Amino acid sequence: MISLLAGRLAQSIFVMLAVAALAFALFRFVGDPVAQMVGQETAIEDQERLREQLGLNDPAPVQFLRFLGDMATADFGYSYRTRQPIGEMILSRLPATLELAFVSLIISLLIGVPAGIYTAIHPRRAASSAILLTTLAGISAPTFVIGIGLITLFGVQLGWLPTFGRGETVTLGWWKSNLFTLDGWRSLILPALTLGVYQLTLTLRLVRSEMLEVMRTDYLKFAVARGLDWRAIHYRHAFKNTLAPVVTIVGLQFGGVIAFAVVTESVFQWPGMGLLFLDSIRYVDIPVMSVYLVLIGFLFVLVNLVVDILYLVIDPRIRARAEG
Amino acid sequence: MAIEDSADQGAAKRETLSLWRRIGRRSELAYLFLRSPPAMIGALLTVLSLGATLFAPWVAPTDPFDLAAYDLLDSLLPPAWAAGGEARFLLGTDDQGRDMLSAILYGARISVLIGGASIAFAAILGVTLGLAAAYLGGWFDHVVMRIADVQLALPAILTALLIDGVARGVLPSESHDRLMIPVLILAIGLSLWVDFARLARASALVERDKDYVQAAEIMGLPAWRIMLSHILPNIAGPILVVLTIDLAVAILLEATLSFLGVGVPADQASLGTLIRIGTAYIFSGEWWIALFPSLALVLMVIAVNLLGDFLRDALNPKLR
Repeated sequence: MISLLAGRLAQSIFVMLAVAALAFALFRFVGDPVAQMVGQETAIEDQERLREQLGLNDPAPVQFLRFLGDMATADFGYSYRTRQPIGEMILSRLPATLELAFVSLIISLLIGVPAGIYTAIHPRRAASSAILLTTLAGISAPTFVIGIGLITLFGVQLGWLPTFGRGETVTLGWWKSNLFTLDGWRSLILPALTLGVYQLTLTLRLVRSEMLEVMRTDYLKFAVARGLDWRAIHYRHAFKNTLAPVVTIVGLQFGGVIAFAVVTESVFQWPGMGLLFLDSIRYVDIPVMSVYLVLIGFLFVLVNLVVDILYLVIDPRIRARAEG
Repeated sequence: MAIEDSADQGAAKRETLSLWRRIGRRSELAYLFLRSPPAMIGALLTVLSLGATLFAPWVAPTDPFDLAAYDLLDSLLPPAWAAGGEARFLLGTDDQGRDMLSAILYGARISVLIGGASIAFAAILGVTLGLAAAYLGGWFDHVVMRIADVQLALPAILTALLIDGVARGVLPSESHDRLMIPVLILAIGLSLWVDFARLARASALVERDKDYVQAAEIMGLPAWRIMLSHILPNIAGPILVVLTIDLAVAILLEATLSFLGVGVPADQASLGTLIRIGTAYIFSGEWWIALFPSLALVLMVIAVNLLGDFLRDALNPKLR
């Protein structure tokens, strides 16, 4: 068990270092940092002095180590475009993205898991076929098309909900939250739904296929033969054993939600990290791109690690294999 | 006795049939296909949309890239059946007076071209690396799989966006428009190769220890030949499934990048670009500019997904 965890941790650290190296290469070798920082008329000697001061003449490994140190101490440097500290830019936008991702994940689970169980328990009902047909559309329609559809229907035709921005927010320290006012929720609902649909279809399909798989196992046939009532068979025996893969998917989906937040934020002009990243790509704002890369990589690695550990806790079979 | 013999031989023969032999008219795959309405609908839609895009220059009423062919006076006309629509423009016109139907046909052409090329690139790169990793093993295997690990830490859309952003930074700005399509193919291809590499490696590891591979080794065939003409045909089934499913993903990625405004330049509008232009007009009531390209895109992806689902179920005996 310990050695399994240690191996997993080593792999996470390796992936993190590789992502950091990528971000460093991006920052250091795509375009000239000094040329980006100074105006055209700055003398060559001044540019050289700046280069020396910033340590850009040091060997690459030394610079990389310094880069790692900066990242670890959350010293992210300045944006080429806005000249603001990147740490502040990201911190001010982080709550918007996290709240959006969190609410859409909740939506996808609250609908996806029960619907997945339903379609697995009643595979031949018309409602199951209808649900499955809808998920095909959900997988085939890109996030932005769903967003535009929702905007057209609820924002333009019916006029019920706002179609862009965060609306009214409540400030708690530095955290600006949408979750405490009606107006905030009204602004949040369309983007969260847009972002949640794809994850919802994935959750639903996964729960369904895992559940169907478990229903075919011998111990379930035995449970049926023992004459247990269907509720106990479905929920106590079958569903419990589909939980482990569902936990993985939820974990991995959190990453997907953050990634696709880029698209959703663009459709709804939601002022989160995704929009910041998109702007940095449009204007080739390399420092912002590389910090975003490091942060997202870190988040992903962390979530994957937590998921793997949860797996060990939830599923005794894996624990036994690791110890045996 | 003789009858038993031939039956035995028949069974043995069926087991060794390669994927390509299984595709014929009287094959199992055709049998399953003809009994699966979703698969047939998917195939029909795929053929229709591929045909329409391939022959766009002959099918489309006008050439949307020809500046002389459209007139600003025709701009923002609704579809032919709506009030104020004209029969000349079946699906209406956009802000510059372009016929939407033609724009969609030409746009889908670019979407299919980029999606197809990038998935071909991803498949060739991924399968080659995966096969080599499984067959050669050792440090090569380690390096390839660790790279795959790193890439799995980032979702495909972010990888594609990053590569796109780097290309913008590295390439001189005057050649951007000309190079955007190859850059997109590279970005999408590089963000999807891992699926192929992992699958090819896992399947090839199973095949590597089988008798026919050892026989080929004893015959002294070179490694590349064993990989290409012995192992590859035997793992082609699952690769074909991922190819189909990832084609849908690639088309969606391209549409998303173009929608975000980092994809193809505006004068070569793909479906995603058309939708982006259309969103500006939703609020003023010109819904058709965004709706029709979206419908075309979703239908195309549904068609590919239906085919992919069918292939996955048909080629995997466990699921049947």
